[in-house]
Amino acid sequence: MTAVARTGMREGFVSCEVCGLLSRPAGAEDPGECPRCGEELEFRRRDPVQRTWAFVIAAAICYLPANILPVMRTTTLTSEEPDTIISGVVYLYTSGSWYLALILLIASVMIPLAKLAALAYLLITVQRGSARNNRERARLYRVLEIIGRWSMVDVFVATFVVALIQLRPLMSVAPEPGVLFFSAVVILTIFAAESFDPRLIWDSSQGKQETDD
Amino acid sequence: MASLSKDVVACPDCDLLQRIPALPPGGTACCQRCGRKLATCKPGSIERTTALAVAAAIAFLLANLEPLMGLSVAGRESSTTIAGGAWQMWVQGEKIAALLIAFFAVIAPALQIGFLLAILLAVRRPPAPRWVGTLLRWVEIAGSWSMVEVMMLGILVSLVKIAALARVIPGVGIFATGGLILLLAAMSSSFDPREAWSRVRWANGEEPQRALPSAGKNAAEAGR
Repeated sequence: MTAVARTGMREGFVSCEVCGLLSRPAGAEDPGECPRCGEELEFRRRDPVQRTWAFVIAAAICYLPANILPVMRTTTLTSEEPDTIISGVVYLYTSGSWYLALILLIASVMIPLAKLAALAYLLITVQRGSARNNRERARLYRVLEIIGRWSMVDVFVATFVVALIQLRPLMSVAPEPGVLFFSAVVILTIFAAESFDPRLIWDSSQGKQETDD
Repeated sequence: MASLSKDVVACPDCDLLQRIPALPPGGTACCQRCGRKLATCKPGSIERTTALAVAAAIAFLLANLEPLMGLSVAGRESSTTIAGGAWQMWVQGEKIAALLIAFFAVIAPALQIGFLLAILLAVRRPPAPRWVGTLLRWVEIAGSWSMVEVMMLGILVSLVKIAALARVIPGVGIFATGGLILLLAAMSSSFDPREAWSRVRWANGEEPQRALPSAGKNAAEAGR
């Protein structure tokens, strides 16, 4: 692909984010409303780079307490023991369920980190106007949109352990603030992916030759 | 006003203009630049999706009303439902987490199924009223926050954790949740939002017969 690509924005069309209808905008400054669904039209999402950075940084800040603070606390007749995400993984590993330990490790520790790193990579390449590996970056973005939700799994584990183990005074489990930070990481990374605009990946290569073909 | 063919779209991921070619049943059109799926031809989509959505609604009710699992230890028994899990979180002081869990595991999937059923019933006789457009937008948002499959993995891990301490009895709810995951996936993949949108009355009141193509190469056509 060598010629300048015919994009909607270049040719003076705008595509509705809600219903997908392609239409002529009312004006170059304010494209008006979609004639089909009535949604406000935008050529690109609003301030995608700044907003995505803001969510990425907020999620990165929550990531630390999410992994350090306990997610639940087990109280028995004789002892009281906090459980973090990592100690939960270690417990599953030592008790023989290494595959579940691996799933939890990937879902709770690695996916959020990978998602933050990948978003930072996309943001930096877009900000530098990179025109390389566009297809791969587009694919990376689509994967990000799918995997983020799986980090929520540990919060659900804590929920159902807490719900079932209420056998006072024998043994009871209570949730701890870790679950809140964990949910915050998941939600903030989902917002981050939603505020990024994948069309920016391609905008920066307008007029340049694509080097990945 | 320039006329635009209904088949010309801009790729949502890279904004490239292209025409969606006439697709064979089951055929998919992908963006020729970034590879994003643009359209799939799904004959009988509305009927099939309606059937799947009704089945999903039943599975949803079972999954939420029946206990997921119970346990017995030293002569004491306890059991929980999905809502019971969120409720226990609330009682134990993690109120925000409790609300999020209730939203991801119960409310979002319920809205996803309910909105889709309303849409499917309304678009049977086009042009469908404008509120269908609003629901089409909300059904997508509800779907993106519905995390039944993530919850299922969480349930399985907690089963293994608890099994070390007590005898765990899986309930009807856990099997219904398994069925619900399959039905939700089938329902979303058989639904064709392009078809539904094409039947909705336009916001500007008109439904113009738009003239034929002005732009774009054909999108790449992929097989089934």
